[in-house]
Amino acid sequence: MNEAQQAGLQIDWAGLAPMIIVFAAAFGGLLVEAAVPRARRLVVQTALAVAALLAALVAVILNRGKASAAFSIEGTDLGSVVLDGPGLFLQGTIAVLSVIAVLLLAERRTTRGGDFVAEAAVVADSAADRSQQREDGATEIFPLTLFAVVGMMMFVVAGDLLTMFVALEMFSLPLYLLCGLAKRRRLISQEAALKYFLLGAFASAFYVYGMAMLYGFAGTVDLAGINQAGVSSGQPRLLLYIGVAMLAVAMLFKAAAVPFHMWTPDVYTGAPTPVTALMAACVKVAAFGGLLRVFNVGLESSAWDWHMILTIIAIATMLGGAIFAVTQRNIKRLLAYSSIANAGYLLIGIITLGDAVGSTMFYLAAYGFTAIAAFAVVSLVRDGDEEATHLSRWAGLGKKSPGTAAVFTVLMLALAGLPFTSGFTAKFGLFADALGAGEVGLVIVGVVSSAILAFPYLRVVVLLWLNEPAPDAPTVNLPSPMAGSVVAVGVAATLVLGVAPGFLLDIVDQASTFLNT
Amino acid sequence: MNELPLLSALVAVPLIGAVVVASIKRENAGAAKWTALAVSGLVAVLTALVAFGFDYSAGAPWLQFTESYTWIEAWDLSLSWGVDGIALLLVALTAGLTPIAMLAAWRDLDAVKRSVPAFFALILALQAAMLATFLASNVLLFYFFFEAMLVPMYFLIGSYGTGPKKQYAAVKFFLYSLVGGLFMLVAVIGLWVHSGGVFDWQTLVAAEPMEAGSLQNWLFLGFFIAFAIKAPFFPFHTWLPDAGGAAPAAVAALLVGVMDKIGTFAILRYCIPLFPDATQTFAPWVIGMSVIGVLYAAFVAIGQTDLKRLVAYTSIAHFGFIGIGIFAFTQASATGAVLYMFNHGLATGLLFIVVGFLAIRRGSAQIADYGGAAKTLPLLAGIFLFAGLASLSLPGTAPFISEFLVLFGAFSENEPVAVLAALGIILAAAYVLWMYQRTMQGDRNPALDEVPAMKRDLTLREKVLVAPLVIAILGFGFYPQPLIDAVEPAVDNTLLFISGEQAELPAAEGVSNE
Repeated sequence: MNEAQQAGLQIDWAGLAPMIIVFAAAFGGLLVEAAVPRARRLVVQTALAVAALLAALVAVILNRGKASAAFSIEGTDLGSVVLDGPGLFLQGTIAVLSVIAVLLLAERRTTRGGDFVAEAAVVADSAADRSQQREDGATEIFPLTLFAVVGMMMFVVAGDLLTMFVALEMFSLPLYLLCGLAKRRRLISQEAALKYFLLGAFASAFYVYGMAMLYGFAGTVDLAGINQAGVSSGQPRLLLYIGVAMLAVAMLFKAAAVPFHMWTPDVYTGAPTPVTALMAACVKVAAFGGLLRVFNVGLESSAWDWHMILTIIAIATMLGGAIFAVTQRNIKRLLAYSSIANAGYLLIGIITLGDAVGSTMFYLAAYGFTAIAAFAVVSLVRDGDEEATHLSRWAGLGKKSPGTAAVFTVLMLALAGLPFTSGFTAKFGLFADALGAGEVGLVIVGVVSSAILAFPYLRVVVLLWLNEPAPDAPTVNLPSPMAGSVVAVGVAATLVLGVAPGFLLDIVDQASTFLNT
Repeated sequence: MNELPLLSALVAVPLIGAVVVASIKRENAGAAKWTALAVSGLVAVLTALVAFGFDYSAGAPWLQFTESYTWIEAWDLSLSWGVDGIALLLVALTAGLTPIAMLAAWRDLDAVKRSVPAFFALILALQAAMLATFLASNVLLFYFFFEAMLVPMYFLIGSYGTGPKKQYAAVKFFLYSLVGGLFMLVAVIGLWVHSGGVFDWQTLVAAEPMEAGSLQNWLFLGFFIAFAIKAPFFPFHTWLPDAGGAAPAAVAALLVGVMDKIGTFAILRYCIPLFPDATQTFAPWVIGMSVIGVLYAAFVAIGQTDLKRLVAYTSIAHFGFIGIGIFAFTQASATGAVLYMFNHGLATGLLFIVVGFLAIRRGSAQIADYGGAAKTLPLLAGIFLFAGLASLSLPGTAPFISEFLVLFGAFSENEPVAVLAALGIILAAAYVLWMYQRTMQGDRNPALDEVPAMKRDLTLREKVLVAPLVIAILGFGFYPQPLIDAVEPAVDNTLLFISGEQAELPAAEGVSNE
């Protein structure tokens, strides 16, 4: 350490501040668990998490316009953490979306004690488990979430593969845990956690192996260095191919692209809905943020080598997600497949490279708000204490709860990409950039996929408004201000980004240049 | 002339009206109805102001009353409005037909447990979207409303429709139109990329014409498929009989009378000036489709057992005539096609509304449920016959002029097409008269006597609402000159692109209120 300082190690503390703040708050949350009486933990944890994330957001905003490495020695940049336009924008997006997700985690009014189990280690469906159904959920979820958020924030600014791997593990591990903490249907929840963990661990192994190959090829794990080596390296090109393929498998797994999507419907269904919302919004931003950086900064010079295979994956993802969504009867699975199809559209942005960085980021933000709000509404519609996730149970909701049904209709139309919603703005921007770069085929497949996908969305709208409710139809539980504001913010953002997206378009336009490209 | 933002008001008034009406409580159905009617009356007044201020002379600017307000600068999306003679006619049709449709549906909802304010709010929202598509002079703005209008229509059919298949019909309508719209979206983006980020229609039209070739062909197809589905042309028509059959009669009148015209209007407004070469390349195919549509739909109409589906099929046949008129590229046929859009809106609108009168009395639109109905409903039967005759283009009614012009113009270009299409007139006589005979004449269906409503002839409200349509059909039948005068300059301007003389266009009236 001392030596390093003497050697002139400069650290951009302000640039690291967002991550440091959230990291500190996560540890603070652990202390709260130990020190604060149980009855008050929820309030303290929520306040701490929200305050930390907002502070991180402010810190991100203060960093705007930066384009430099966070660490440097005597003027030479160390690539591990890179603060540039896309990185900062994605960090800010993650901060905003995770504030909303945290509010959803804190919701306790729609079902007694919240959606989370008090003690996850109790055997599912045992007597002890049944008795803890009435207890308040554990509050460890807040520090866990904050750890995951730090990982995501780091993932999108990581400038070398090693830092990226640390970040990847950092946001994955808490999420595996969070998936298994549902209070109802605990076996499904635990199955989801195990499945996500095993497959995720598998993906991590792929990542490390791919990183090793790329190191063998380029002699460095630095993304800019790998890009350089793509032109000048004398090593066998096979190393590059294998490395890129392995790396892509791992990252596309997180991004839920076909054929690495199998976990998505099960995990989205099994996980507690607030966690699903967190995954659908924030993890998507992080995963695609990472993909954007890896392909734009690290693999841009070898675009010819991966263009074809990534195109095939994008097409499979768009069509696969849309076609499977048609057959779904469970609202959470439907949204899961919709998120897969949306991953396909986002892959168009990755393939298009530099021209589409801005519109991809816009898409991520727009989709994040819509997805969180959709899952928040799902968490409100209940059969007794349990969520009514089977679609048939949603029939006629418009008669009994027109407000909720109207909100969900707006969200469905936004996902279908109708004008005056953020779904249209996002798709238009992305497709326009891709078409401008000559990706005609991908855009046409994207449009076909949107057309297929419109059908399941529309069927939900039909169910909501045109069908008669069952006599024992589920109730929409009145949310507390927590979940209420989640829905309100999500829908408001969906409409604002559809009607007046100019300000955000300007921001992503200014923030669309990676350092070292 | 440009002091008042009339066109913005034309879009904004029904839109604000929709929000106001939607916020009225379900219990105050009467207040909702009257508010909605008042709003649509105000729209009609605004339309009249535009019509009186419009410059009908040949050298007048193509688009008049232009306004422009920047919306999303990055995409060259602006709230740009402008009206030409063609759009003016269709705006007038929309403004006139909407209050009539509202009056026609006045009591339809009394029996069903559906929200009355929501129904009228949806109609106003639909009107706003339709007006916006006619008035938009920005391609992306047009697309926005082209898609957005699906939502109110979807609910009007699916939620307020009749019959067991209304949900199916609503979803089919929505998906068909959405898929067409998505094809158009790709072409819209393609156009944007090609033009270097320009969506303003006046700029696009004034620019160098796009070079002929595969790009222009593909872009044309993207636009055309969306419009052909909307119109609908054979073979994209299958959603219309379902939607028209399931929609409430008043909504069907708006659907077939106005909304479907957006497809043919947009072909004139967008396909021809933006892609003139491709339009000519594909013209033989379109004319072929149109001729098949005229004959096929007429045959199928003869075989229908449901009045609303029958009227829907007759409309598909009529859209075939419009297609022939546009793609024959003669002044007479294209003018005829535009008049056809207007007159068809009047005649078929009236026909749907009268069928609605029958259906609400009888509780069914099946032809077999009628027979000899004229005995107790003489006036209604008379109007029914009148509407039928108008839609088969009897001389003396307005549709005769337009059909004559289309065939006249087409004959000079392509005799076999005109001859084949003329067969459609004979078939039209068959389906209209047979429909009338089976429902109104002949042996009286004894079941009718058990329905008390079937003895109640036209009420005052019903008389008041059909009167303007009857007068318009007769009036424009004998004196169509004002319509022709309004349309001809715009048609001439459009056809300049086909002959490659677009340099002679009158200068645009470049007034914008930034």
